Amino acid sequence: MTDLLVLDHLDVGYGDFQALFSIDLHVEEAETVSIIGANGAGKSTLLKAIVGLVQPMHGDIRYDGLSIASTPAHKRVAQGIALVPEGRRIFPSLTVEENIVIGGDIGRPGPWTKQRVLEAFPLLTRLLNRSGEGLSGGERQTLAIARALMANPRLLLLDEVSLGLAPIVVRQVYEAVPVIKAQGTTVLIVEQDVNQALAVADRFYCLLEGRIALTGTPRDVTKEQITEAYFGMAGGSH
Amino acid sequence: MVWANAIIQGVLLGGLYALFATGLSLAFGVMRLVNLAHGDLAIFAAFMTLSISRTLDVNPLVALLIVIPAAFVVGYVLQRLIFDRVVGVDPAFQIVATFGLGIVIQNALLEKYTADTQGLNVGTLKTSTIKVNDTIGIGWLPLLTFITAVVVLGSLALFLKRTKLGRAFRATSDDADAARLMGIDIKRVFAVAMALAIATVALAGVLFGARSSFDPFVGPARLIYAFEAVIIGGLGSLWGTLAGGITLGVAQAIGRQINPQWGELFGHGVFLAVLVLRPTGMFGKAQAR
Repeated sequence: MTDLLVLDHLDVGYGDFQALFSIDLHVEEAETVSIIGANGAGKSTLLKAIVGLVQPMHGDIRYDGLSIASTPAHKRVAQGIALVPEGRRIFPSLTVEENIVIGGDIGRPGPWTKQRVLEAFPLLTRLLNRSGEGLSGGERQTLAIARALMANPRLLLLDEVSLGLAPIVVRQVYEAVPVIKAQGTTVLIVEQDVNQALAVADRFYCLLEGRIALTGTPRDVTKEQITEAYFGMAGGSH
Repeated sequence: MVWANAIIQGVLLGGLYALFATGLSLAFGVMRLVNLAHGDLAIFAAFMTLSISRTLDVNPLVALLIVIPAAFVVGYVLQRLIFDRVVGVDPAFQIVATFGLGIVIQNALLEKYTADTQGLNVGTLKTSTIKVNDTIGIGWLPLLTFITAVVVLGSLALFLKRTKLGRAFRATSDDADAARLMGIDIKRVFAVAMALAIATVALAGVLFGARSSFDPFVGPARLIYAFEAVIIGGLGSLWGTLAGGITLGVAQAIGRQINPQWGELFGHGVFLAVLVLRPTGMFGKAQAR
């Protein structure tokens, strides 16, 4: 297996505030990796650095063997990196159909077309002419995933897809992950819901205050180890 | 009948105001940029047209074939060189940069053309009129200006609705960072938006120069009317901008009909009334942000 994504001693911050410290992380092609951690641990910042919405202070980001640390965000999409952002970020003045299509305007050619996406997410079919405004949380999340898939990414980043959704909707949304993986897509998931994140992941990283506190496969670690890494204290000692 | 004529003239004048306002509305819509040099750029285009029509000895409207593409390029370059640096930062920087650009343009025009008033000679088009009856006459130039405004706004609306680039414009306007995640080069979107904005205001400046006299310092007054048209119509609505321009034109015409001195007063009065009674404008949606 080859590494599709490598973060090498990555420091990221906003102005004087540093959010991530010396992050070393790698994701192999076709792997599903989860990043867990408490609120404010730096998970979303990590994804923003990978897609280029924030610039690293130090260190390197390598994608498919080449450094992309200084590649503008919009060019990374054409290279095959797509993000389903936290908060969905659906375009309110575009229709649902336009929101889907725009995801593929500047992407790579591949298996995901509008038709294919609608087959995978039939719920969107009856919403096509609706405006992006006023959809339910689950509909917005599904649309955001569909929109990202239209770019035919090699690396799909999912940021907090379960946030604010009812458990049954979360389950429906996560049912999409195996479908996406079946296309050979590499998936990096950021999630506060640890159980959900570990259930779909081949490997995981746990962030604590901007640093990697624990990494491994979900099978190889105990619940106590995760609790300690997640909260920064020994489980049950509080 | 005198009133009917005044209102018709007001509607036609509103077309010109809408044309001035189109670019302002577009730049604000796509990148939240308020370009205070907008009116000065229109007058700059009028002076360019003056020079070209004199040098080549052609009708100023023919000179538009050179001026509009040139204005498109000027808009693109201005965005890349200056305006990009003030988009998305403290609005105070936008004010200083665009206001400063306006002063530079005014003084450059003063150096080159002196403070003398000028006019664009479009020949008989300026005076020819369709006589409807004894009191109502429709000038060909105002009519042509109005039709131009409708065609420009209609084309722009179609461009935004139907094309891939138009979709990118709307997405960028909604959420610039999310647009980048779609692979959209927002700097390019900004530059094309400003290019279109300056091209349309150049057209407005030339049509203005064909019907009124101008000097290097009349740009800011054009900017005020453009602002008023945008705000009366509602931010972010192109057809609202046309409606806003027409409302402003008709208000001025009615004021002028009551007392020749009251035209501008009535225009500004209607603008203030809209701000008080309906701050989102006639067709504006409540701003999400």
